[in-house]
Amino acid sequence: MSRRLAVLVLFLLTAPIGAQSPPAATAPVPLQVPFRQFQLANGLTVILHQDRTVPIATVNVWYHVGSANEKPGRTGFAHLFEHLMFEGSKNVPEGQFDILLEAAGANNNGSTNNDRTNYVIDLPNNALELALFLESDRMAYLLDAMPPEQVNSQRDVVKNERRQSYENRPYGMADLELDKMMWPANHPYSWPTIGYMEDLTAASHADVQEFFRKYYAPNNASLVIAGDIDLDRTQSLVEKWFNEIPRGQVVEPVAPPAAVLTQVKRQTITDQVSLPRLYLGWLTPRAYAPGDATLDVVSSVLSDGKNSRLYKRLVYDTQIAQDVNAYQSSGALGSSFLIVATARRGHTVEELQKAIDEELDRLRKAAPEAREVQRAINQVEASFYRAMERVGGFGGKADQLNAYDFAGGGPDFFAEDLARYTALSAADVQAAVVRWLPRDRRVELIVQPEDKK
Amino acid sequence: MTPTRRRAVGLAVAAAALFATVGAAQQQPASPSTSSRQAPIAPATRPDRSKPPALGPAPQLKLPPIQKRTLTNGLSVWVVEAHKVPLVQVNLLIQAGSGDDPTGKFGVASLTAAMLDEGAGARSALQIADDVEFLGANLATSSSFDASAVRLNVPAARLAAALPIMADVALRPTFPQAELDRVRQERLTSLIQARDDPAQVAPLAFARVVYGAPHRYGTAAMGTAATLKAFTTADLRAFHTAMYQPANATLVVAGDIRADTVLPLLEKQFGGWKATAASTRSPVPAAPQLTARQVTIVDMPGAEQSQVRIGWVGVPRSTPDYFTLQVLNTILGGSFTSRLNQNLREKNQFSYGASSRFDMRLSPGPFFAGAGVQTDKTADALREFFNELTAISKISADELSKAKNYVALGFPSEFETIQDLASHLEEMIVYKLPDDYFERYVANIQAVTADAVQKAVATYIQPGKFAVVVAGDRKAIEAGVRNLNLGPVRVVTIDEVVGS
Repeated sequence: MSRRLAVLVLFLLTAPIGAQSPPAATAPVPLQVPFRQFQLANGLTVILHQDRTVPIATVNVWYHVGSANEKPGRTGFAHLFEHLMFEGSKNVPEGQFDILLEAAGANNNGSTNNDRTNYVIDLPNNALELALFLESDRMAYLLDAMPPEQVNSQRDVVKNERRQSYENRPYGMADLELDKMMWPANHPYSWPTIGYMEDLTAASHADVQEFFRKYYAPNNASLVIAGDIDLDRTQSLVEKWFNEIPRGQVVEPVAPPAAVLTQVKRQTITDQVSLPRLYLGWLTPRAYAPGDATLDVVSSVLSDGKNSRLYKRLVYDTQIAQDVNAYQSSGALGSSFLIVATARRGHTVEELQKAIDEELDRLRKAAPEAREVQRAINQVEASFYRAMERVGGFGGKADQLNAYDFAGGGPDFFAEDLARYTALSAADVQAAVVRWLPRDRRVELIVQPEDKK
Repeated sequence: MTPTRRRAVGLAVAAAALFATVGAAQQQPASPSTSSRQAPIAPATRPDRSKPPALGPAPQLKLPPIQKRTLTNGLSVWVVEAHKVPLVQVNLLIQAGSGDDPTGKFGVASLTAAMLDEGAGARSALQIADDVEFLGANLATSSSFDASAVRLNVPAARLAAALPIMADVALRPTFPQAELDRVRQERLTSLIQARDDPAQVAPLAFARVVYGAPHRYGTAAMGTAATLKAFTTADLRAFHTAMYQPANATLVVAGDIRADTVLPLLEKQFGGWKATAASTRSPVPAAPQLTARQVTIVDMPGAEQSQVRIGWVGVPRSTPDYFTLQVLNTILGGSFTSRLNQNLREKNQFSYGASSRFDMRLSPGPFFAGAGVQTDKTADALREFFNELTAISKISADELSKAKNYVALGFPSEFETIQDLASHLEEMIVYKLPDDYFERYVANIQAVTADAVQKAVATYIQPGKFAVVVAGDRKAIEAGVRNLNLGPVRVVTIDEVVGS
């Protein structure tokens, strides 16, 4: 399919029904999220976006710290710390953070990954100032209300989170093993964000104080407020509640060691599961680097929908697999590309691996058909519009504005991000498979069922 | 998996996670941006933090009007316009679901819905998937206990191209034998996989213990290995012919399109759909209520957590106590500050999160409280569950007010997307709610009284009669559970509660 047709499709998506305008290459794509951005004197970046669809607002804070910033022996600390952020601050007694928000009809949550920690409060717009009071109080005064016992309680909650998400979840431990195999031992992506149990046990009150002072300063954070808000009033409220917080030290960027796979690393583990599963993993370009979007499209060509290469071969035609998923997992310091397939009863991971390798070979030798690539791009494009509907929560517009700004593209990077995909050709997809998914430099992890008692 | 602070409140009743896949790739940010600019320390004026800022007046949600139309064949069409994003949601809702499965054919509604897009009209399964994806559309076919649906989400400009595919899928499925054989194997395999996971075993076992094998709610919507193996294409055709009838259906439209524009498109694709049978629904009979507490341990050797479910037969969606129960459950286990979560998670740290739920269906669905609790604290956790289920008979005015505000003030956030809008219209249709239901929702919640909540507790929360189901490592937990003297303890294998 030609690039010209790709432009046509893009235009049709946004044209009114029945419109007969010609497809012009200059047709504007109204994938825009207008915003106001400013910085407080203490270094806090603030981004405001108005969307009056329903009378709600969202307050979305990113601290530029994740598990990649942890030191050896304290894995899991960034996430444990995230839990402590809800337990009260100087002017918010323990328990009141949630009580005040629920009484206002709000929901809140937080999450941690390798690169960042985010906090979300979704609320009726009349309660916006309450959220700013709470967010600013924990950014300014968390340590004033942090007795040593507090660490113990959330430590045990997090251990139960780990049991629920990893130990007790079928194949859960494979996720942890995979990170260890993919990244060099001293690379910060080699340990799990949830942390090792013994490191969670070791986390101390002194660690909490050090971590807060180092990473939770306003100059290491960004605040997005979106929804049915008045921009001027909101800016005044942000200044009122956040101006007093002192600037902290400059946080040096993480400098990870080089990560390269030079051979096949193969390992088999066992789990209490009925069916064997195969993981194939490669190290790939970091988020937004050349190749990153291409590998998203590669994953779609491989495993999105019945006609995708691997799904059709393994699940639809031969039915040797129950499922197969390929995905690019993008990080600030580097990414990984994974193919995961579960064998049907009576079939082996060797069969899966042989079929997957034959399909990858086919893509290395010949570019996919234009329609396969366009189908993937059309799906990506529609997903960008779907993401315009919701302002709050994880992955809503506010969260994405923070993500883009953190990545360095500026908050309204939506159209540019989409353009990374619409520009791709079938030849690009083929080249990415050749360049980034070599057969002789990868991780091969196999999960076999434990012998039945 | 990105660790988060909390799990979603609300536990799956049946094996909702049967089709869970490995997480999709998430876009993560690139290099951290750190500011090196030096600036003066914050100004001296500090805000008054001695008390939380007062809330302004609560905003009013203005719901867009529902435009009700009819196609020439009598098919109802409900349209809600929402013009923010150039997308349209079109759902064909069929008022027949797993509750309509005939005895001996549990799972046929679910399998029929799953097979709709595996061949339809002149299109093959592969063609349907390719055409839909090429349009950037999502086309999902599914069913619940109370209804089935074909749901299309599509860029507005491609609606006309997607509707003929949707109509084929909903009205003219061909149920090819080879596709049935494949989907059957997928479902049988997912049942095998469910048995590996305590979080899937516990709800399946709980349903079986509370409702029993003969009752429809005692078996997952998907059915069992035995029923799945027996289904033929004739079974699917028979269910489709009997239940997928225009008199039994409604088209729900939400999104960036005008009613006058979408009507001719729908008429063209659905207006010629003729009734071929008079479909009759017989309601699922209300299950007999439990009368004595009992404990069932499903042995899952080596499990590091026990998955606990406690409860009994609850209420139908039509209960006059609906709003009271929303408030009551918010206090008990429907919010982060709820009694159960505060006790099991924040106070005792036995769990990552505990919750409770009234699962309301056309007939009385289950009420249950539940959590994943660390294995060596299983008995302690059960004791705390029962402490809270007993203590809920006393509720303070502050708690009541907080819960009412949480539900009422948070209500507007349920209407943000076109999928939200369409699913609320579906709810109105399936449960025959009045036209002003959503306009009156907030007032109805605020009108709940302490007295009504007390009465609801006395009626619906009777912990002395609850079934207790624990999916966990029997040898580590059995002695402790028995020592609680909750009632007779039965140890069962997965086969006994999930097997058939």
